[in-house]
Amino acid sequence: MKRLFPILSVITAALLAYALYEALVVAPTERTMGDVQRIFYYHVPSAWTAFLLFLVNLVASVTYLVRRNPKADALAVVCAEVGVVFCTIVLVTGPIWARPVWGIWWTWDVRLTTTLVLWLIYVSYLVLRRFSDSAQTPVLAAVLAIFGALDVPLVYFSIWFFRTQHPQPVIGGGGSLDPRMAHVLLINWLAFSCFAFLVCWSRYRLELMQREIEEAHAMESLAGTGVAAKASMPLGRSSR
Amino acid sequence: MNSVWAVTVATLVKDIRLEWRSKDALNSMLFFSLLVVVIFSFSFDPTAEESREIAGGLVWVAFLFSAVVALNQTWARELRNQVLDAYRVSPAPANSLFLAKAVGNFFLVSLLEAVMAPLFIVFYNLRSLGPSWELIPVALLGTWALVVNGTFFAAISLRTRSREIMLPLLLFPISIPAVQSMVEATRIILAGDGTARFWIILLLTYDVVFTTASLALFQTVLHAE
Amino acid sequence: MKYLFAAYIATWAIHGIYLGSLVQRFKRLRQQWKELGKK
Repeated sequence: MKRLFPILSVITAALLAYALYEALVVAPTERTMGDVQRIFYYHVPSAWTAFLLFLVNLVASVTYLVRRNPKADALAVVCAEVGVVFCTIVLVTGPIWARPVWGIWWTWDVRLTTTLVLWLIYVSYLVLRRFSDSAQTPVLAAVLAIFGALDVPLVYFSIWFFRTQHPQPVIGGGGSLDPRMAHVLLINWLAFSCFAFLVCWSRYRLELMQREIEEAHAMESLAGTGVAAKASMPLGRSSR
Repeated sequence: MNSVWAVTVATLVKDIRLEWRSKDALNSMLFFSLLVVVIFSFSFDPTAEESREIAGGLVWVAFLFSAVVALNQTWARELRNQVLDAYRVSPAPANSLFLAKAVGNFFLVSLLEAVMAPLFIVFYNLRSLGPSWELIPVALLGTWALVVNGTFFAAISLRTRSREIMLPLLLFPISIPAVQSMVEATRIILAGDGTARFWIILLLTYDVVFTTASLALFQTVLHAE
Repeated sequence: MKYLFAAYIATWAIHGIYLGSLVQRFKRLRQQWKELGKK
């Protein structure tokens, strides 16, 4: 297991470099937008990765509510955090792309706005985890994740309908894709997925380490007060 | 089912009676709502035409802020007197407590809205071009949307640092589709610009989804505190 | 196109900041672990 991480890191770094080369050099230049369109190769895979991570968070949250397995909770935190990172990238690259192409930074584009709301929901999730002083924070956070998931289709619908009433430019390019572009897109998606996996793995190890230390501290203070050190630990430690 | 309603009503009546005895909190909330309307009116001084377009947004944002003030005190009394522990061990269904609180908040926020709405009409010289009775389902469904999630998130925020800021922080993102629906529906009705049916149905859907979710998960949250 | 480079640089800057924060947290935890081990 220990040997695997460095090997995967090297492979991922190589993949990312290759994907970058493909995006900047190999991919054909888009007819109407020019070279700026290449942002697409970073913007879209980041979005897919973020959504996948949030989905895993949802599954981990529900699993935690049902089974109360602390590892599921650790996974939930990890995916939420890394998901927010990728989501931030989507929200930053989107307007950078929109500005030269359509002359505006923001438009209430369905996908971009839904991404914004998802970002807000998961940032509030992370804030809840940090600010909650209860030992049952994981339960509360899991419930919030479920509420967030229920909200997303509603968000999508409401913006979609709003847009049919108030038409505005579509960021992210609709329509069919040149197969060479699709190929570059997939390569970048593969590279970023591997990257996300590695980041999550690292963050997960960090999380487990943090929980062990917290338990050790707690055991110490229990032993210090003369209480039996074999006192059982509460499930689901809150994570900072 | 009978006992759920009985406990709900009993809790609701108790809450209203207690609130009525010390009207302080209520009065400050009313005054806060008034202030919000006045500040908004100073900040945005549109013509009659413009006001119909933006009134929806202004009114609902003002309602939202007043609602947060009201929602923040939802569980304050329970917290002060350790009532929640008693509730956890009692056989009373958790949902009764939630419903009672949510309905109580609904009445409270509706009262605030009833105070603010006429003021907005006055300050913005509002006159509805569309069927104004349609504003009633929008107001009812919209208020319930804010209150049901607000009451639920107030419970989640109970054991957090900065409890008062936690509630709007959790509530606002999740409420976005509901707020958009309320605002758009109001704008359409005031400006007489077509039918608000889609938004009203979306609001109804939102209310059903989140009322169900809150009822399903409140027990979990109550025991998690 | 400067926008293109801005986007790519922004992407890696954000990743860099996050990874940097992870490394910092790792270091701090390792420190705490050592302190615990000594006791």
